[in-house]
Amino acid sequence: MTKPKIAVIALVLLALLLPLALPWIKTPLILGTAFGIAALGISILIVSGQISFGHALFVCGSGYAVAFAARQWPDLDSVLLLALGAGVGALLGVVVGSFVVRYRGIFFGMLNLALSMVLFAALGKFFTLTGGTDGLRLERSPFFGLTMARDQYESVLLVTCVVLALLLGWLVQRYLRSVAGQALAALKSNETRLEYVGISAYQTLWIGYIMSAALCGLSGAMFAIAQGLVTPEMGYWVRSGEIVFVAILGGVGHPVGAFIGAGIFEFVKLFAAAYLTGAWQMVLGFVLIGMVFLAPRGVSALLEPRSSLPIDNEQERP
Amino acid sequence: MPQELYALAVLDGLSYAALLFLVALGMTLVFGVMNIINMAHGSFYALGGYMAATLGGWAVAQGASPAWSLLILPLAAVIVGCLFGGLMETALMRRIYDKDPILQLLVTFSAFMIFEDFQRLVWGTQPYFVSDIVNYLGTTDVFGITYTRYQLLLLPSVALVVFVALRSFLKYSSVGRQIVAVSHNREVSTAMGINVRRISLVTFVVASILGALAGALASPTVSWVPGIGAEMIVLSFAVVATAGLGQIEGALVAAILIGLARSFSVYMLPELEVLVPYLIMVLVLLFRPQGLFSVAKARRV
Repeated sequence: MTKPKIAVIALVLLALLLPLALPWIKTPLILGTAFGIAALGISILIVSGQISFGHALFVCGSGYAVAFAARQWPDLDSVLLLALGAGVGALLGVVVGSFVVRYRGIFFGMLNLALSMVLFAALGKFFTLTGGTDGLRLERSPFFGLTMARDQYESVLLVTCVVLALLLGWLVQRYLRSVAGQALAALKSNETRLEYVGISAYQTLWIGYIMSAALCGLSGAMFAIAQGLVTPEMGYWVRSGEIVFVAILGGVGHPVGAFIGAGIFEFVKLFAAAYLTGAWQMVLGFVLIGMVFLAPRGVSALLEPRSSLPIDNEQERP
Repeated sequence: MPQELYALAVLDGLSYAALLFLVALGMTLVFGVMNIINMAHGSFYALGGYMAATLGGWAVAQGASPAWSLLILPLAAVIVGCLFGGLMETALMRRIYDKDPILQLLVTFSAFMIFEDFQRLVWGTQPYFVSDIVNYLGTTDVFGITYTRYQLLLLPSVALVVFVALRSFLKYSSVGRQIVAVSHNREVSTAMGINVRRISLVTFVVASILGALAGALASPTVSWVPGIGAEMIVLSFAVVATAGLGQIEGALVAAILIGLARSFSVYMLPELEVLVPYLIMVLVLLFRPQGLFSVAKARRV
């Protein structure tokens, strides 16, 4: 069995068994898994050499869509809400992606950032519709047709999130190994050559963008139903930066990286919040700087033999 | 909308644009020379404001005349720029010039996170507001409205002086010309015998001082709270991107454009006030991704 697989199994066991010993850790685990799914989405873009400082747009947009739906129809099943989140994310990705993917590098990042700030500012301003900066509350909706108490609901949600994470991690891996995924990686190494082969760079990146948006949308839906609250804060640019942070920290070589990154992120956040009051950002900053200098390809790259990823080796060039 | 409101909006916009311009100038300078967008640049703005508030508060407690603020504000900026800017360049930036652009962005983002908590640890979360200098300079009547001289005269003139000084520094001084050379081509400059490491340090410190100066100058006019740097960074992004990366003259025009647009929307469409800078940036990037004032570059093969 390869090391990444062992890491996947270890993470799944950790996520499912830890709450039996420490019941309070369920919420951080759900949020961590949701974070990991968003980072998984960003890692698709990082494979293509693009970095978006605005994907909180999709997390936040879907979160609000879910909140509106749950307030409108309180009986709507949580499973449907999750699906709605992913769907809204994908739809937003289709629209935003259609023009954003024409840009590369810093322009791509900045345009994403600007768009996410437009949403952030709009959510805070249109008070009557969005509840302003206080956000919107949503009641606990039924799960698989059953109405549950908070504790039970969180358990089911956690299991669902972990199963979804496994499934999506596998799908993203399949995608990155497919022709479309390899074309995405080629976008980073040489876009002109990619076009010469007869593959449209625009379409390749657009598909990748929509997938990353859908994953971020699903993650937004998870945040919304786990917390029972959506705020414009979810769409702030610092949140987008944190998603990128998690993806790079974990590494994009293997999907498990996104979840390792999210795990480290949530752990440092909990740990630093408990022992170093209010300095968790500082600790994370130092962790990331250490990471960039010691293992620039992320934690998951430490698990893989170097030769197994021929595409990534080329990226090592200065 | 009555006549006075127009005038008021113009004055508001110009004094705000002066601050925006100073911050954006530092960011565009760093990008021009090092090809890195410094996500921590807003932190220098925040640190400059805190430092100015602390020094100003101390001076007032010593019984000094508020006029000393005119000296204290730039002093705070220089302290912050040299200390934090110098530290960041020597400890981080010079180690990442040859790394993947994604990692470069991430390193400056980490620096932003560290600075953010650093401010909270040192200055706490309570707001700071030391406005003696604004009251000291008093007010003036223009176009039938009363406006503080600090915002009416001091801020725009500082911005203009800095603009002219920086332009002539880059054009006529030896160090300035070396900076321009490095921004054109790093490798060739090295081959020509320019000490690129030193030039990078100088550029970064100057840029940090500019960011901190804007913060120091803004601190007497608004109350200084945590998160102010994170907000400034996106606004200066908007200015820099609208102007075109690395464009100094463009940044001046873009800052005035965004400053005016914002202050007019405050009076005419208050709901859109926060949105306007970003909307302008999105529109400009959509139609001219290289910015309003950039010339499209030939592709380097």
